[in-house]
Amino acid sequence: MDYQKKPLPAKLGKIGFALLGIGLLSMIASFAVNSHRAFFDYLWMYMFLVSIGVGSLALVALEYLVGATWSTPFRRVSEFLASIIPLLVVLTIPLLLFGMHDLYHWTHPEALATDPILQAKEPYLNISFFTIRIAIYLLIWVGFFYLFIRNSQKQDITRDPALTKQSIKFSAAFAILFVVTIAFASMDWMMSLEYHWYSTMFGVYYFAGTLLSAFAAATFCSVKLNENGYLDKKLGNNNYYSFGTLMFGFNIFWAYIAFSQYMLIWYADIPEETFWVMMRMKGSWSYFSIGLVFIHFVLPFLILLPRSSKVNPKLLSVMSIWILVAHAYDLYWIIMPTYFTEGFAFGWSELGALMFAAGLIITVFKYRADRTNLIPVGDPKLEQGLNFHLN
Amino acid sequence: MIKKLLDKVKEFDTKDDTEPRSKKLYGLAALYNTPNEIIEAAAVVAGKGYEKFDVYTPYPLHGMDDAMGLGKPKIGFLSFTFGLIGTCSALLMIGWMMGIDYPNIIGGKPFFALPSSIPITFELTVLLTGIATVLGLLILFSKMPKLNSPLNDTEFMNNVSSDKYGIVIRTNDDKFTEDTVKNLYLSTGAYDVQEIFYRESNLTTKTPIFEKKFIGAIIGTAVITAVVSYFTINYVLYDIQPFDWMWMQARINSQSKSDFFPNKSGMCPPVNGTVAKGFLPYDYKGMPDSSVKLLANPLAVSKSVLERGQDRFNIYCSPCHGYFGEGDGRMKGLFPKPPTLHSVKVTSWTDGNIYHVITNGQNVMPSYAEQVSRDDRWAIIHYIRALQKSKNAKEEELPK
Repeated sequence: MDYQKKPLPAKLGKIGFALLGIGLLSMIASFAVNSHRAFFDYLWMYMFLVSIGVGSLALVALEYLVGATWSTPFRRVSEFLASIIPLLVVLTIPLLLFGMHDLYHWTHPEALATDPILQAKEPYLNISFFTIRIAIYLLIWVGFFYLFIRNSQKQDITRDPALTKQSIKFSAAFAILFVVTIAFASMDWMMSLEYHWYSTMFGVYYFAGTLLSAFAAATFCSVKLNENGYLDKKLGNNNYYSFGTLMFGFNIFWAYIAFSQYMLIWYADIPEETFWVMMRMKGSWSYFSIGLVFIHFVLPFLILLPRSSKVNPKLLSVMSIWILVAHAYDLYWIIMPTYFTEGFAFGWSELGALMFAAGLIITVFKYRADRTNLIPVGDPKLEQGLNFHLN
Repeated sequence: MIKKLLDKVKEFDTKDDTEPRSKKLYGLAALYNTPNEIIEAAAVVAGKGYEKFDVYTPYPLHGMDDAMGLGKPKIGFLSFTFGLIGTCSALLMIGWMMGIDYPNIIGGKPFFALPSSIPITFELTVLLTGIATVLGLLILFSKMPKLNSPLNDTEFMNNVSSDKYGIVIRTNDDKFTEDTVKNLYLSTGAYDVQEIFYRESNLTTKTPIFEKKFIGAIIGTAVITAVVSYFTINYVLYDIQPFDWMWMQARINSQSKSDFFPNKSGMCPPVNGTVAKGFLPYDYKGMPDSSVKLLANPLAVSKSVLERGQDRFNIYCSPCHGYFGEGDGRMKGLFPKPPTLHSVKVTSWTDGNIYHVITNGQNVMPSYAEQVSRDDRWAIIHYIRALQKSKNAKEEELPK
């Protein structure tokens, strides 16, 4: 097929750079003022980038695995977003080198000396094994990222359908590895903030949030690109409907997991599980927790429920940003109560971290988009995807 | 008998096929090979201004509602309304049952707790939404009480329920004429056009769903299924005699063995010194001159106590002692006459002494402990004191 690439506006790169610069400056200032708080903000920002990056790679794999055609024209969007993954390696280094003492109380020798529970968990929770695990996750993510991207890029030139077949095999392996690594990563980075607490559902909880936010990011970028005519031909309701429905579905899945985790803790009423929830009921955190229910589930549910809103591009782009904000809100709810024990606070250092994350996503997206076709022109499923019809 | 029944069913099953069609035309049907063709055809038919037509496909086609010009589907509002009704009624039901009607403490939780109600609320919401949607579709679009569409058991229906796509324009449409419709079909790429005639039974107003036989069969099936499954499930799954759920509890019957207690007996005597509720042990049995005389009347004198004492006295004491305690009761001659209660001996007795006599008995008088409760005995004593005073009152004691 003949495809004329239309370059993204230069303004986008400038916005990305501006956000990235302001965010970076604010984070440096934050480290100078209060490094303890700054590391919590940093972890928050880092987990958000993990959600978007690794989640997007999972969506790419999912598309290969189930042979979806409707999303093939938009696969590049997820590939661009997944390009955050190599940068995660760089972003991990400050955490591992300098952040461990500020973030994780289990790294303190005096805590280990007096705490029998921590002593029992010590074989798993120690800095060297922690570092090895993080390295393994990153290795798997970066490795599969290069496999998928290499195949996808090569196919643009060679148009070889065998590359798709190979990618399907990769995605079968990655599907399993993704679920395992994302669950363990969530436990290592976030659950171990309160190392007495455990929830067997926590991995699934973060998994649900990851897929949802990656899907929302993909929806926003795809809708914007499509509305402004950057894809080969303008796609309509048939493709939008799938975006709306799946975002709606993933959101319900998140709510289902979140509620299941809460209800099990509530029902069993065991002190070593409930204290984690009680931390989020203390002071102003209780309003924050109730807010999570409405911002993350009730309002998006009601807004996305009618069929008309699932095919409305304006509403879809608003709702996908909403969901991204809700995911950041969710991560804040998970990570921050360990630092802000008396009640939540949102200052310039949190805003800076958020701007850094947004700036990084935009910059990476723009960087990749400038060097790659916006649609996978060599993919054998593309033709079907462009002419996708729901019936 | 079963064979007869099966034959009947078979006969009923094949009845429609053989039912003759009338000469009255129901509509013209056309068949298409692909979903895209049928969507285009539907758009053309709707564009020509036809209103009384419908499209039949083996599975739902997205975009068909637009092509047919149906506008916004209303069924969503029905589903949403019933979903809301489900949510509200579940919360009200659980709130009423758990919070008001039969509050039970479960795991130290509040009587009505939202987290534990969410699963049931969800279930009821989904249930009502589903039922409302299906029934709504059946009633609104398939004209539910009427089951017998002329399209049933036609070659057209055979095709559209497997792999073809069909459209029917009915004769009651204002624009319907056989030739124009036929030409319209052929111009939109139909590979076959069929005439659909009414059945004789379609032309009557009778609705077979309300026939006595049908309703009877439905109820019979329901009852038989319920009873059979109740018994089978009880026997097969739980090995329990039906209707004996309550009886088959894990409990210890009286007189039976129990490994729970060290003496292997299901019945345990009360611990030594146990006092039954409402009864104090009487420690002065058979001891007339003990400290019993020091017992004081625990009841204060009041009108209701005196009336109670009079009532009990007249029932239990007066047969022998007489209504005024003079020993001239109705039993005289049949039983030894008791001495008067107005003697110096009895008037100088303490309340405790009289209580002892009522409780313990004296000479031929038996114990009244079984018949008269503790408080009633003290009330009787107050009444006896009143009787004594009435016989020996001094001038200055009389009310002025």
